[in-house]
Amino acid sequence: MANNQLTEHGRLRHFLTIEGLKRPLLTEIMDRAEQFSGLGNRQVKKVPLLRGKTIINLFFENSTRTRSTFELAAKRLSADVMNFNISTSATAKGESLLDTLHNLEAMHTDMFVVRHNQSGAAEFIAQHVAPHVSVINAGDGCHAHPTQAMLDMFTIRRHKGQFADLRVAIVGDILHSRVARSQIQALATLGVGEIRVIGPQTLLPRDCQTMGVHVFHDLASGLEGVDVVIMLRLQLERMQGALLPSAREYYRCFGLTAEKLRHAKPDAIVMHPGPINRGVEIASAVADGPQSVILEQVTHGIAIRMAVMSMALGSQSDLQEAQS
Amino acid sequence: MTMPTSPADINALLDTMANAIREQFSDKRPLLVGIHTGGVWIAKALLKRLGDDFFDAPLGTLNIAYYRDDFTRIGMHPQVSPSELPFEVDNRHLVLVDDVFYSGRTTRAALNELFDYGRPASVTLAVLIARNGRELPIHPDIVGAEVTVAKGQHLKLRHENNSLSLIVRETEVKHGK
Repeated sequence: MANNQLTEHGRLRHFLTIEGLKRPLLTEIMDRAEQFSGLGNRQVKKVPLLRGKTIINLFFENSTRTRSTFELAAKRLSADVMNFNISTSATAKGESLLDTLHNLEAMHTDMFVVRHNQSGAAEFIAQHVAPHVSVINAGDGCHAHPTQAMLDMFTIRRHKGQFADLRVAIVGDILHSRVARSQIQALATLGVGEIRVIGPQTLLPRDCQTMGVHVFHDLASGLEGVDVVIMLRLQLERMQGALLPSAREYYRCFGLTAEKLRHAKPDAIVMHPGPINRGVEIASAVADGPQSVILEQVTHGIAIRMAVMSMALGSQSDLQEAQS
Repeated sequence: MTMPTSPADINALLDTMANAIREQFSDKRPLLVGIHTGGVWIAKALLKRLGDDFFDAPLGTLNIAYYRDDFTRIGMHPQVSPSELPFEVDNRHLVLVDDVFYSGRTTRAALNELFDYGRPASVTLAVLIARNGRELPIHPDIVGAEVTVAKGQHLKLRHENNSLSLIVRETEVKHGK
């Protein structure tokens, strides 16, 4: 089946979800990010790859970190970036989303980076943009957050070198997490040995097993012998929605403490997509400890977003052998 | 001149280039930078002739893929090796090496990239072959040989069994271009 994220030549046009993408493409994203990650060592931390391109960050949902890393990634590629503030935008004044979109497109936009609280919003926008415009999903509802998943994969590859022999545990609110969904798809595509999900029954999808994961409701046994621990952020509204008794109770059962972490392999890395709730899903001693790679994930986010943006905007024509 | 294609021809040109570099830079402690991929092969061959001590640091390599002026037209080769400059370029004399000098666009891109690392005192361009077809006001300083090839032909350096040779190829016609 054709994937609407890809061009007819199988190259990335939009980046909406990990689902349906093949391992070589995910590997190419990470390889490209690897090349961009050395940029920070230069006097000029910029390449002219997307000079003259216009990228609009279309954030219908707040996210300082994701928006900043997308903005920085675009600027390091020399693109012109505009952050479209939805609270003061025309949609807030009653204009339809498609009218807003077409107006922004009329400003010769080449790419939209979209974040929306509704699942499928990025795909909807991708279906309605002009053929030369790319759309990157920066998180939509409970559906997908593909660049976050890829920066997590990149972080794992940098520390572990490969995926095949790894045991990876994802801990927390899997049910509502677009990050977890994309992570599971990426880990499975990259051929990770074993994917585990750990959380209370109320925060795990009913069809969990069909995702090819092993389910645990006990943190200690779920962490036994794992190479990578990915903690998810617990959103406080889950407690108000009666899915959990209290933050304290959650921390007692599923909070990652130094003691619980000892069940994982001694060289296991601890990850978190941020922002972290200290003392709710993770102890400060672990978040700031030697096994934590949480801040590295943020740095890697820039390189991954540069990779995806350059691949999407670089696939607008056939690849040819360049000659000097 | 006749086209220098064989490994023996190339070795003679490399000797000529090495002598020119030795003469020009004997008191300057220069730094050597090869442009991927053919330029790196040539730079390594020059390094062998001039000796490790001639240059002030290990060989630097430059991949100009991100600096080309035709990125949006041709996209990017998926396998791009990153640039690696194991030295500071500020106020240093650089010898920039490429295999074939043609339009001058690769050199322009390389210069742009080099200046994103710092401000060198000077950049000298050394190439194995300078061919016809220049499109920019840039030309090499040290040249192994100057050749003329027919329109529609291009030169490609080949690295096989530890020796370098040159082949002349017809430029492929791209569909729809």
